Amino acid sequence: MSDRSKFPPVIDGKAQFDLDSGKYIKVWQGPQHPGVTGNMALELIISGDEVIDLTTHVGYLHRGFEKLMERRRYIQCFPIVCRICVPEPDTNEYLLAAAAEELAGIEIPEKAKWLRTLTLELSRLASFLMWIGGQSGAFGMGTVAQWAIAQRDFILDLFEELSGGRVYHMYIVPGGVRDDLPSGWDKHLEDVLVKTEKMLKEIEIVMFNNVIFKMRAQNLGIITPDMVDKFGIVGPNARAAGLARDLRKDEPYLIYDKLDFQVITRDFSDAYNRTYLRWQEMWQSIGLIRQIMAGMPAGNDYHYNLPNVLNWKIPHGETYVKAESTRGEYGFYMVSDGSGYPRRVYVRGPSYTHAMALLPHLAVNVNIADMAGLMVSLHTYPPEIER
Amino acid sequence: MKLKDYLSPFYVWKRAFDKPFTTRKPLEDRPGAPRYRGFHQNDMEKCIGCGSCEVICQNAAIDLVPVDGIETTRKDSGLRPKIDYGRCCWCALCVDICTTGSLKMSNEYIWIDSDPEVFRFVPGASEKPWKNTEAGYSQHENYTLLNLDRIDMPMLTPEDSRKSFIETVKGYSKEEAMKEAQRCVECGLCVATCPAHMDIPDYIRAIRDDNLDEALRLLYDTNPMPATCGRICTHLCEDVCSIGVKGEPLAIRWLKRYIVDQIDDTRFKAILRDEFKPNGKKVAIIGAGPGGLSAAYYLVTAGYSVTIYEASDLAGGMIRYGVPEYRMPYDQLDQDINYIKELGVEIILNNRIGKDTLFSDLYNNYDALFFSTGLNDPYKMAIDGESLPGVFSGLQILDDVTKGIKPDIGKSVAVIGGGNVAMDAARTALRLGAESTLIYRRREEDMPADTEEIHEAHAEKVKFITQAIPLRIEKTANGKLKFIWNNAEMVAKEGAARPSPIAIEGDIQSLEVDAVISAIGQGADYSFLPPEYESKIKFKRGKVIINENCQTTVPKIFAGGDIANPTADAISAIADGHNAAKGIDKFLNKK
Repeated sequence: MSDRSKFPPVIDGKAQFDLDSGKYIKVWQGPQHPGVTGNMALELIISGDEVIDLTTHVGYLHRGFEKLMERRRYIQCFPIVCRICVPEPDTNEYLLAAAAEELAGIEIPEKAKWLRTLTLELSRLASFLMWIGGQSGAFGMGTVAQWAIAQRDFILDLFEELSGGRVYHMYIVPGGVRDDLPSGWDKHLEDVLVKTEKMLKEIEIVMFNNVIFKMRAQNLGIITPDMVDKFGIVGPNARAAGLARDLRKDEPYLIYDKLDFQVITRDFSDAYNRTYLRWQEMWQSIGLIRQIMAGMPAGNDYHYNLPNVLNWKIPHGETYVKAESTRGEYGFYMVSDGSGYPRRVYVRGPSYTHAMALLPHLAVNVNIADMAGLMVSLHTYPPEIER
Repeated sequence: MKLKDYLSPFYVWKRAFDKPFTTRKPLEDRPGAPRYRGFHQNDMEKCIGCGSCEVICQNAAIDLVPVDGIETTRKDSGLRPKIDYGRCCWCALCVDICTTGSLKMSNEYIWIDSDPEVFRFVPGASEKPWKNTEAGYSQHENYTLLNLDRIDMPMLTPEDSRKSFIETVKGYSKEEAMKEAQRCVECGLCVATCPAHMDIPDYIRAIRDDNLDEALRLLYDTNPMPATCGRICTHLCEDVCSIGVKGEPLAIRWLKRYIVDQIDDTRFKAILRDEFKPNGKKVAIIGAGPGGLSAAYYLVTAGYSVTIYEASDLAGGMIRYGVPEYRMPYDQLDQDINYIKELGVEIILNNRIGKDTLFSDLYNNYDALFFSTGLNDPYKMAIDGESLPGVFSGLQILDDVTKGIKPDIGKSVAVIGGGNVAMDAARTALRLGAESTLIYRRREEDMPADTEEIHEAHAEKVKFITQAIPLRIEKTANGKLKFIWNNAEMVAKEGAARPSPIAIEGDIQSLEVDAVISAIGQGADYSFLPPEYESKIKFKRGKVIINENCQTTVPKIFAGGDIANPTADAISAIADGHNAAKGIDKFLNKK
């Protein structure tokens, strides 16, 4: 640690400074900035090249999805929710469907559960690939970013074959899924998985054994175990701090209880370890996808015939359903009032706490050049913060 | 840091020799996957313009618009979806919900144009490169957002039903009716097709909402005989139901019956809120069938004083005397009639115009006249032996049974004809303990009877003999009747809508029975009209010519029902009654 005597004192995680003193500069990072993962703004107060204070600003990406859903039939919500989160839309599709099915008392066919799990894991892999591109890019390693984004495109090819859409798959529909696996798809999938494995090995060489990445990422944005509950930290950010919390294991949904896997943890949550943990989870996802393909039930019963969706009414009730996304616990709270339209849908995106509460705390005394790397290491997606 | 950490970043150079991921010519075609959700295609012939795509589109990207060359018909609204690609989100819900399967998406995704207007287009109407592309997202098995199967109607088994006159169709329970009502996509093709233009999607919605009072009000808006039509309507609406294209049409008729069945008729007046002030004008109606009763209801609720003259001893017309009780229980018909009577309509029974009361008296004593006397004069087969004892007309048998007279038909009958009266007569004969054989000139698919009637007749073991041209009826030595026919083959004639039966020379068959029932159709009896009026009223092929207000060529005389309309069914008569009431109101208020 360098000599910090010239920086303002930090009390309770908050730097004490007087902006009018002329010693500090206010810098805006975002809302349009390659180092911000979407449209949000970081209002930085810097001293020299170190951040001494950060205020986050959202409001640039509000599309009013939750309100829009109140004016749409249940079936009409499903093309909307995938747009809440671009890199991993399937979690939204799954949770909307699961909430509606739970309130309507519908049990979906077994095969639909397997196909849903498959798409969730595949989109997890795609989301992590996009993220590792951002993570490496934020530390100036654009080459790895290009590898990863290209690799993600191969997964999008798979989604295109499976669902007809590359980015917004709209595959998981209330009642099940929209179609069976196309013929020959399993071979394409295996090809892509093998390619991804090869790339992951290369990433290990060029990233985790890279002096620049190590120097910049290690000890950056340290999350201690006691911070986890205080800041509402979930997902890999918490698991890197040693807490084995994973909804897939803790409260298994779909067919996760039939799959063989262990929750991956590390004992020190800094940017380096979080990156490494997510890299490990990519391997885990590949393994899970292979397990799902091996156990995929035969037959073509993958959709429950809902009551005519134009007149589908769901009895009065409320529920909160959750799933483990790449960022952690993702949840949908849904209230139905007996009509054909949801009374209220609330989307809990894990990035909310990570970006709005945790990031300002971790940003203090971080070099301004590492801000982007820090933010990406928390894996925040502004679209799910404000929906 | 180790030395490895300094060297390993250079590993990326290894990739420099790999084949690049990116394509060198990005604008070259890269076809979408076989399921790709690209630009829409619509099979204009298959599409019926039901508008379900428009309703489900959560972006309001679809409008139904008229298209050149597409005509509005009973089964086609004449409209086609127009898609705005500025709004479309490619979710393909429109494809999933399409009731005909005509709408699909191609796997094409590149379309460049400097004019933004072109991106609002009607798929299928104009030539596009993807118009005939096979690949792309389309409907497939095992996944549908519609409910294509009808909720089964509880019915008596054919073994039980053929033994008695108990109503065959038991009616939906609340749960069943609500499930059936759920299937409606509210396209409205039924409304346009129904002769009475009943507000079908709305009353079905009222069933879904369990608001039966509202449903009853909607029924009476256009049809004052819902208990009747809920049972014996010819349900043209179901023939055009868009759900019927891929699945079974909604049971619209039975849903209507469900509404009336659930409500106690003593509550009708309170629910319907039929309040009116007498306007002092009088209208006479001849015939208390569906046409006359319908006209009476709408006239009395408009304030007119209405008197119906009926020749029989009970009101109901052909519904009572021409439809057997197992299809149309009399108490249900009475329920419809009683409510109309309750509003103040006077029905004078056993009063035949021309005999008991003079037509000219009515003409002179009332402000307007409406007659809907029906077709009750059975056609003759015009063959030898038709006047032998044991030969009956179908109407006669049905009429007798209604009146409680057991016709002497013995143990076996031959019913000649293929219409609803023939089916009713054949099935009534079963219930009277006789074996029924139905003999028809053409093929079964040519029979004018309702499909359900034919189906139920089969189930109750009525024997069918088709393509049989009647030749003569003979009396046998043992006192039976011998019905003799010539087998026929169907020959398509140029210019004819359907093939005609042509006798196969020498192929003569016969059947020995106790009775022969002829039910080959019926005509009108205008004997109640004095010559001076009959000469002024214009007719065409035995039917009265009326205008859109059901007015005949004599301004004060209105007519409707089977004697005027070509469909000759109850719902058309009810529609005529409604139109005549409106026409009379217009006519009398203009003066």
